Amino acid sequence: MSAAAKPRTLFEKIWDAHVVHAQEGRQTILYIDLQLVHEVTSAQAFEGLRLAGRKVRRPERTIATADHNVPTTDRSLPIADPISKQQIDTLRNNCQEFGITHYDMGDVRQGIVHVIGPELGYTQPGMTIVCGDSHTSTHGAFGALAFGIGTSEVEHVLATQTLLQYKPKTLELRTDGKLGRGVTAKDLVLYLIGQITTDGGTGYCLEFTGEALKGLTMENRMTICNMSIEAGARAGMIAPDQTTFDYLKGRPFAPAGAAWDKAVAYWKTLPTDPGAKYDKSLVFQAADIAPQVTWGTNPGQVAAITAKIPRPGDFSDPTDQKTTAQSLEYMGLAGGEPITDLKLDRVFIGSCTNARIEDLRAAAEVAKGKKVSGHVQAMVVPGSGQVKVQAESEGLDKIFKEAGFDWREAGCSMCLAMNPDKLAPGERCASTSNRNFEGRQGKGGRTHLVSPAMAAAAAVAGHFVDVRDWE
Amino acid sequence: MKPFTTLTGTTVALDRANIDTDQIIPKQFLKRIERTGFGEFLFWDWMRHDDGTVNEEFELNKPYAKGASILLARRNFGSGSSREHAPWALEDFGFRVVVAPSYADIFYNNCFKNGMLPIHLSEEQVEELFQREAKHRPYQLTADLNTCTLSDGHGFSAKFEVEPFRRHCLLNGLDDIGLTLEHESKITAYETAHGIGV
Repeated sequence: MSAAAKPRTLFEKIWDAHVVHAQEGRQTILYIDLQLVHEVTSAQAFEGLRLAGRKVRRPERTIATADHNVPTTDRSLPIADPISKQQIDTLRNNCQEFGITHYDMGDVRQGIVHVIGPELGYTQPGMTIVCGDSHTSTHGAFGALAFGIGTSEVEHVLATQTLLQYKPKTLELRTDGKLGRGVTAKDLVLYLIGQITTDGGTGYCLEFTGEALKGLTMENRMTICNMSIEAGARAGMIAPDQTTFDYLKGRPFAPAGAAWDKAVAYWKTLPTDPGAKYDKSLVFQAADIAPQVTWGTNPGQVAAITAKIPRPGDFSDPTDQKTTAQSLEYMGLAGGEPITDLKLDRVFIGSCTNARIEDLRAAAEVAKGKKVSGHVQAMVVPGSGQVKVQAESEGLDKIFKEAGFDWREAGCSMCLAMNPDKLAPGERCASTSNRNFEGRQGKGGRTHLVSPAMAAAAAVAGHFVDVRDWE
Repeated sequence: MKPFTTLTGTTVALDRANIDTDQIIPKQFLKRIERTGFGEFLFWDWMRHDDGTVNEEFELNKPYAKGASILLARRNFGSGSSREHAPWALEDFGFRVVVAPSYADIFYNNCFKNGMLPIHLSEEQVEELFQREAKHRPYQLTADLNTCTLSDGHGFSAKFEVEPFRRHCLLNGLDDIGLTLEHESKITAYETAHGIGV
């Protein structure tokens, strides 16, 4: 059989199409179609270019936005934190100097970089996409090869439009059957991370397959691919199909006219061929998945809403026992409590994982006509200016505000608490974000990761509840 | 980039798995626009108590850890965020070598861009190092990238693996962008073939 006729996976097809130079024993030089840039991991890269007297090779293949640091309160006011302001100003100046398109604060198209790339139609199937942010895996939802890189690599891509990469292995995560009522894409991905653990995907590119994925919207698929990195995988992908094409059609930077037809014809060749081999395949059953809640300090420490918090003795591996004890101590938990008993102080609905329009609709549906519990402070932060506008046109903002949620401007916000939105020490928070690390949402803060519907229900009840029993 | 050939130094052991980059350097220190000066923020929340006083219990604050240049940890070191500030902070603090059973991919890759050597050993070998470190403080190790050997001069010696090209670049302190631009004609040929920039 010739090399060309060998069945290939989605990953292999994209990889092969982007090889600029491959040499035995060395990293491959891979062409990068699109780079996304934000303020936190780019300043030193631009400075490196200046020091070496280098230019940006393809400025039209990089777009920028400020998201990590931006305040989510009134945008007409100056930024209170002078260091945040300097970083945001630096991005603006760098984009101007190097000729890069920048969606600045005040532009309705500004937002979390992993929300606006797809929303504007930059993200397309078959592309290689990088960003100095680990959640770049989000874009794999379109059948693109997308992964996070460090600042030295950001500089490398700016200078050469390529990246040096060792070829990762492929891991198929197949989920058979349909997700149950009230069980979402977030629950699916949290469950998978719990199963394979936070380093189960290290060294691999994930492909999510199976019947459970079939009916999912693009927003749902982005939630799943977004969290690939929480399983240790730099990239995760889902094969493009009609849902993908329907989402992209008519978006500002998607191909149009004859170029659209040509693009779709190519995109249809991308899904994994029958008979193609993954380096590893694992199979899961959708029927086993309940709404999930993390209880520890990494996303693999997760359980069903119906479960009790585990105890160190529930694990056999000594490192797991020790890690569990450390996590429980940080989280202020004894072990053995029913998850539904955990009382909450804060609720955060937002982040590149769950701040798209569908996520806000799901949360609003639960919150409609209800009131946030008296001891809970809850906030909703849309993923982009456009998501905010869309939500307001649907009246979602009114539902949230009437229920007692804060309705904010777009940004990363309390996912990583680089801006003023943060937890106080000891506060317990139900969050739709992606990381429950120690101090992630504020020093001493205790984060439990959940879906948007679960977060909204928890805000109203004041403690975790099984959203399948709602109303 | 600073080359790395061989290093003998004090080892400090952090008996934790999944040490994420949010612990290595918390987000409030990512706002600076320089590459240097991150060492003073390393492990910020573990180095000090809530009231700002020094946490004497934290391993890096122990007297025997003074001047340490080798960090020993459990599996999945450097998980989470892609922030290169994590190796910048470790390097600026004085660490040039990390020893662990496994690393998160982005962190591992970022180390090589900054003249740092992340060494993989088996869980058993790492456990032995933890035991030896506990008995012989301050504990000295020698990491030799020429021979790919980690040893303590008292009976512990282990070979480690590094991809040959990464090793070559680290030994010689080579700059990736310069190396890639040696193939610039191939980048141009790729772009021409794909109608990019025409």
